Amino acid sequence: MTETPLDAAEIHRIAALAHLALTDDEVQLFGRQLNDILEYVRQIQAAPTDGVTPMSHVGGEDAHERADVAQPTLEKRAALGNAPDSAPEAGFFKVPRVIG
Amino acid sequence: MSERRGHVVGVRDAVARGERTAASVTREALDAITRQEPSLAAFTAVAAEQALAQAAAVDAARARGEALGPLAGVPIAVKDNICTKGVPTTAGSKILAGFVPPYNATVVERLAAAGAVIVGKTNCDEFAMGSSTENSAFGPTANPWSLAHAPGGSSGGSAATVAARAVPASLGSDTGGSIRQPAAFCGIVGLKPTYGRVSRYGLLAYASSLDQIGPFTTTAEDAAIVLAAIAGRDPHDATSADQPAPVFDAAAARDMRGLRIGVPRAFIEGVDASVAGAFAATLDAWRGLGASIIDVTLPNVSLAIPVYYLIATAEASSNLARYDGVRYGYRTTLSAQDTLRAMYERSRDEGFGAEVKRRIMLGTYVLSAGYYDAYYLKAQQVRATLRDDYAAALATVDLIATPTTPTPAFRLGEKVADPLQMYLADIFTVSANLVGLPAISLPCGMSPEGLPIGCQLTARMWDEAALVRAGAAYQTASDWHLKTPALAGA
Repeated sequence: MTETPLDAAEIHRIAALAHLALTDDEVQLFGRQLNDILEYVRQIQAAPTDGVTPMSHVGGEDAHERADVAQPTLEKRAALGNAPDSAPEAGFFKVPRVIG
Repeated sequence: MSERRGHVVGVRDAVARGERTAASVTREALDAITRQEPSLAAFTAVAAEQALAQAAAVDAARARGEALGPLAGVPIAVKDNICTKGVPTTAGSKILAGFVPPYNATVVERLAAAGAVIVGKTNCDEFAMGSSTENSAFGPTANPWSLAHAPGGSSGGSAATVAARAVPASLGSDTGGSIRQPAAFCGIVGLKPTYGRVSRYGLLAYASSLDQIGPFTTTAEDAAIVLAAIAGRDPHDATSADQPAPVFDAAAARDMRGLRIGVPRAFIEGVDASVAGAFAATLDAWRGLGASIIDVTLPNVSLAIPVYYLIATAEASSNLARYDGVRYGYRTTLSAQDTLRAMYERSRDEGFGAEVKRRIMLGTYVLSAGYYDAYYLKAQQVRATLRDDYAAALATVDLIATPTTPTPAFRLGEKVADPLQMYLADIFTVSANLVGLPAISLPCGMSPEGLPIGCQLTARMWDEAALVRAGAAYQTASDWHLKTPALAGA
């Protein structure tokens, strides 16, 4: 496992994956703080876990499936009601032009 | 202060007997909130009109001779990450500024069906990420016992308003201690139910394998009554279970004979002296009530904090991807040449606060190609060993006791510059979320500075009844839960 501290390029790579346009100050601050946090959490790598099945969830056996039947849901107008920009008559959210 | 104002059972019974109207109880709660808000800043929205209408409906139902619900006329505050139809819901985030949900969370529907009166929304760390309520776009909430101290978090507003006796109960959410830690800091009862006990439909998700909704109250009995009203299977949440809700048993709560309480001594070494003293006295009280106190070990528990901050942030990075400036909330100012991607990235950078961005970044990193196995997968394996530790301990004892927090409330501003120090304060609470077990924090002492101290009990899956029994028994032998901050008034 690499123990190389995160540099600015790596912080920019993560920010792009997370859809965050970080400021230069944030790149510096988060770089330092994430390195501190990662150094701390890396202690789990010494724990013996050979053959241990990873646990993603508690009590998955109680989870319920529902019948695949259409149910009433939010009215289109209510669903659009909180949008920063929308065309309620047409029933669309509005975003910047995607196709030139 | 009237004893009734601070208690769910007292308010409910007074309304049922006609000694009080729901309207007068609600006005009293709203007046207390108005009086306290300049000091506490516990609320993000107060729904006075709606609350008075709900109260009037309860009074009208009683006048018609109808049967009243188990919370009829009881004012309750709800954490601002739980959707309330027609009442703004922001989770303490600028990115949800102006969001007014078109539907109620299931817990809100169930409170209303039980006759409760919802007085407003309470301040919290942004998207429930924090341990002090300082990470809120609305600014921090103060601790009613000392306005210079944090109320804990992330459900700090819900804890502060119950501690100040403005309302007898509130709802919070608990992903790593966000109900139990503020309950301890504010000197009240906070209950995190078993994973799956309470529907999360309408809870703004933070870490879906950990999140649970639960009550704040001043007594263990009241916690059981609120829990019974909100618990149970909900078709809108596939993780909610068909388990019968626990019923408060006053007879069982009178003594503790036969109950075995395990104490992981090595784990709790090094806590603040006032916490250690209060914890030891609490164990003595339970022993005096007939319980046996037994040493237990939890070999992997020292890894709970790293495991929690890997798993919770990974899940958060996924859950918070939905806030993108398209369907609700904040959108950045756009110019003609801005792309869709620029809109996403700037809206998120401007809309989220620092702690949320930090956790999204960490979660994105540990899930990204090349790091997944070493961090996320490894954390899930250690999580499994932690589950096995608790299962082994709870095969020999009924409950596990620890302090809720290593120290009493810290000062506002004390830990904001060092996120890792803030994370370490969650050492005793994160495990219950990782393994899904129910846990309760009970007020059990005061520090020399006059700040409350909490004791935590953890029980087997679905055994909230044991938590309530031990809590109620303790409250017959102690009076910490009756102490109120000066701010609560006469």
